[in-house]
Amino acid sequence: MKRITIDPITRLEGHGKVEIFCTDDGDVENVYFQVPELRGFEKFLEGRAVEEASQIVTKICGVCPGCHHMAAGKAIDAVFGVRPTPTAAKLRELFYMAHFVHSHIAHFYALAAPDFVVGPTAPPAERNVLGVIAKVGVEVGTEVLKQRRIAQEIQALLGGHQTHVVMNTPGGVRKGLTEAQRKDIEEKAKGFIEFAKFTLKIFNDVVLANKTYVDIILNGPYSLNIYSMGLVDENNKVNFYDGKVRVVDPEGKEHCKYAPEDYRNWVEERVEPYSYLKYPYLKQVGWKGFVEGKESGVYQATPLGRLNVADGMATPLAQEHYEEMYKTLGGKPVHATLAMHWARLVELLYAAERALELAQDNEITSPDIQAELPNIPKEGVGIVEAQRGTLTHHYWTDEKGIITKANIIVGTTNNNAPISMSLKKAAQGLIKKGVTADEGILNMVEMAFRAYDPCFSCATHSLPGNMPLKVVFKDAEGNITREVKRN
Amino acid sequence: MTTEEKPKIKLAIYWGAACGGCCVSVLDVHEALFTVVEHADIVFWPIALDFKYKDVEAMPDGYIDVTLFNGAVRNSENESMAKLLRKKTKVLVAYGSCAHMGGIPGLANFSNKEAIFNRAYIESESTSNPDKIFPQPHFKVPEGTLELPLLYNDVKALNQVVNVDYFLPGCPPQTERLVEVFMAIVTGAQLPPAGSVVGAYDKSQCDECKRKKSDNKLIKEFKRPWQIKDDGETCFLEQGVICMGPATRGGCGVRCVEGNAPCRGCYGPPPDVTDPGAKMMSAIATMIDSNDANEIEKIIETIDDPAGTFYRFSLPGSMLRRKFL
Repeated sequence: MKRITIDPITRLEGHGKVEIFCTDDGDVENVYFQVPELRGFEKFLEGRAVEEASQIVTKICGVCPGCHHMAAGKAIDAVFGVRPTPTAAKLRELFYMAHFVHSHIAHFYALAAPDFVVGPTAPPAERNVLGVIAKVGVEVGTEVLKQRRIAQEIQALLGGHQTHVVMNTPGGVRKGLTEAQRKDIEEKAKGFIEFAKFTLKIFNDVVLANKTYVDIILNGPYSLNIYSMGLVDENNKVNFYDGKVRVVDPEGKEHCKYAPEDYRNWVEERVEPYSYLKYPYLKQVGWKGFVEGKESGVYQATPLGRLNVADGMATPLAQEHYEEMYKTLGGKPVHATLAMHWARLVELLYAAERALELAQDNEITSPDIQAELPNIPKEGVGIVEAQRGTLTHHYWTDEKGIITKANIIVGTTNNNAPISMSLKKAAQGLIKKGVTADEGILNMVEMAFRAYDPCFSCATHSLPGNMPLKVVFKDAEGNITREVKRN
Repeated sequence: MTTEEKPKIKLAIYWGAACGGCCVSVLDVHEALFTVVEHADIVFWPIALDFKYKDVEAMPDGYIDVTLFNGAVRNSENESMAKLLRKKTKVLVAYGSCAHMGGIPGLANFSNKEAIFNRAYIESESTSNPDKIFPQPHFKVPEGTLELPLLYNDVKALNQVVNVDYFLPGCPPQTERLVEVFMAIVTGAQLPPAGSVVGAYDKSQCDECKRKKSDNKLIKEFKRPWQIKDDGETCFLEQGVICMGPATRGGCGVRCVEGNAPCRGCYGPPPDVTDPGAKMMSAIATMIDSNDANEIEKIIETIDDPAGTFYRFSLPGSMLRRKFL
C-alpha cells in the first residue's frame, strides 16, 4: 500500500488535508478528506444575549462574515417573531449583494481562472492570479481589484465595520441610507453589471471557445450524480437572502421545498471519527455512504446546485446567461463539477443586477428601518445562501432572550461528502498505474476540490491562484519513498 | 546607512485558531502592499504563499525578523507552530484579539472540551449519532491510520504558550495601525519595551468617540440595545446600554459605535488595567444614579450576561482565564 498525503499546506494549512491510499501498482484504493478544526461556536453561544449572536458568529469566518451575520440576523428576527421593515430587509439584501459580488469576483479571478486562463497543467509559477493578468492584460487586473474594492466599500458603508459587520438588529438595521449614498451605490452597481458581463465574456472567449476545456468540464472524472440544494423565491427563482430551500433529485425532480424552520425534517448530519467536520445528508433519503445516485442522501449546495434547483434567475441578463449555460451543457440538471465556475459567474451577474434594482428602489432611503418588537423571544431559524452553500442558524432562548441552545449548519459543511467524493473520483480518474503523479496531475485532482470554493480556512480568497501541494509516497511501514512537491 | 541600503526584513504571518479576518486585514493594506514588499521578504504566510512547515523548521533560529501570529491556541498544532515560530523569530507579535487575549474562540473557556464535543456531535438537533462517534486524534482505517490535531480543553492567548514581544490588538486590527507599526520596525524607529501593546492608543475608546457625554449620573436600569430607541448621538452608557468603551483602548476608529453598535472591547483594556471586567464595573459604578449600595447592586443585576459581555474578547487572557466547571 502506498500513501499520498495531499496536504494543501499553504492556503489550507491546518484546515484541510487529503490522504490518498494507492495499491502497490499505483491505482487509487481510497481517499480521505479531513478537516482538523473545531472551535465550538454552538456551545459558547449559550448564555449570550441573542442579539449579540449576529456579531459573535461573524467570527466563524473573516472572509464571509456577512453570510453569518445575515443568517443570524434572520434567526434573531424569528426568535423575536418579527419581520424587519421593508427598508431594513432591502438594506440587508443590498449589503448582501455587494458581499456576493466581492466574493465571486475574488474566487473567479484568483482561484478558478488560473486553471483555465493559464491552463490546468501550466507551470505553477504562472498558474496564479498574476499569470491570469499576464494573459488578459494589466488593465483587467486593475479593474478586478477596483471592482472588488468598491464592493467592499459598499459593505463597510452599510455594514458599519469593514470586516465584522454590525448592521443587523432584531427586526431592523442600525443605520439608514442617505440619498447621496444611494446615488453613489447606484452608479457602482451599474459598474458591477458591466464588469460581470465582461467576466462572462472572458469565460466565453477563453474557456468555452477552447474544446479541450469544454471536454474537461463535461467529461472525465469531474462529475457527481447527486441531489442539489438552494434557496428560491416565491417564483422558484434563485435568491440569496430569503425564501424557501428547494432540493431536486439527480434527475431534476423536486424532492422537497421547505421553510427555514422545517430544516430538521429534511437535513440530518453524521459524524466520522477522522474529521471534525460533520457530513449532512437528506434525511428522507438516508445516508448510504459516499455514493452517488437517487438512493443516496448526498447533496450539493453550491452555485450550480442553486441554479439546478431554480426555475431561473429573477433578473433579465442573468436569466439569459442561465439559459445559455443549460443549453450549452445539455439541459438541467448539470452534474459537471467544474460547471460551478460558470454558475458562479451567472450568480455574479444576478447579484450585480439585483444590487442595482435595490439601489433604485424608492423605499431604500426611508428612515423606517426598525420594526417594533412586541413578542417574547423564544426560538428561531434563519437561512440564507452563503456563497458556498445554504447556511442555517437556529437559536433557542429563555424569555429574556438569553441563548439556551444553538445549532448551525455552515455552507461548506453541506458539501463535505460531495467534496470527499469529487476528490476520490478525480484521484481515481487521474492517478493510475503507470501514470506519474506529477505536479500537473495533482493540480487536476485539486481542481475538483477548488470548484466548491471551500471555506474551511476561508483562505481560498487569497492572492496566488496555485495551491501548493506536497505529496508523500510512503511504503507500508510508513517510510517515505518519494516526494512530489509543487512550488 | 540609508533606508534603501538596509537589508529587507524577513516577515512571517501565521494563524492559529482564527477566522481569517486578521489575514484579510493584512491583505487590506491594498496599495501599501507594495511598500511592505519593498521593505520585507515574506518568508511564511500560509494564506497566500507557498512555504511549508518544513521550510520553517529548516530555518536557523532567529532567522525571521518579525512574525505576526494571529489566532488563539486551541489545539496541538497551534501550540507546536507557536513554539516553532518563537524559536525562529526575533520579534514575535501577537496579532489581533485572539492571539492577544484569546478572542471570540476564547469564549469556549466558559465551557470545556467535553461539553463542546457533546454539543456538536451528540446533542445537536440536526445530528444523528446513535453510536456516539467522536473525532479521534488517531483513527485506523483499512488502509492505514488517519490523524487529527488534539483539541485542548482550554483556549489560550499566545503569551500563555510562548514569550511574546508585542501585542497588536483588534478584531481584526485596523490596517492603518498595522502599517504604522510595520513602518516603525522597518525604518528602525525606537520601539517600546518588549511586552508592550503597539498599534493602539493609550486612551480609551471614549476619548475618540463622537457621541455626546455628560457628567451626570444617569443610569437607573441597564437595557439591551433593542430595548432603547437609539438617537444615534448620545453615549450608549448614558442611554443605559452596556458599551465597553471605557474599558477599551482606542485605535480602531470607534468603528462599531460609528455603525451605531456599542463597543465590545476587541482592542483590550487600556494601559495599567489588568482586567477589563473590573475596569468596566468601576466605570459603570460611577454612572449609576444612586448612592445606596443595595440599590446599586440591584441596578447592576439588570445587566444580562455580564461575564460574556465584559470578557467578550478577553476571557483566556483575563484574570478569570476560564469558568471552573
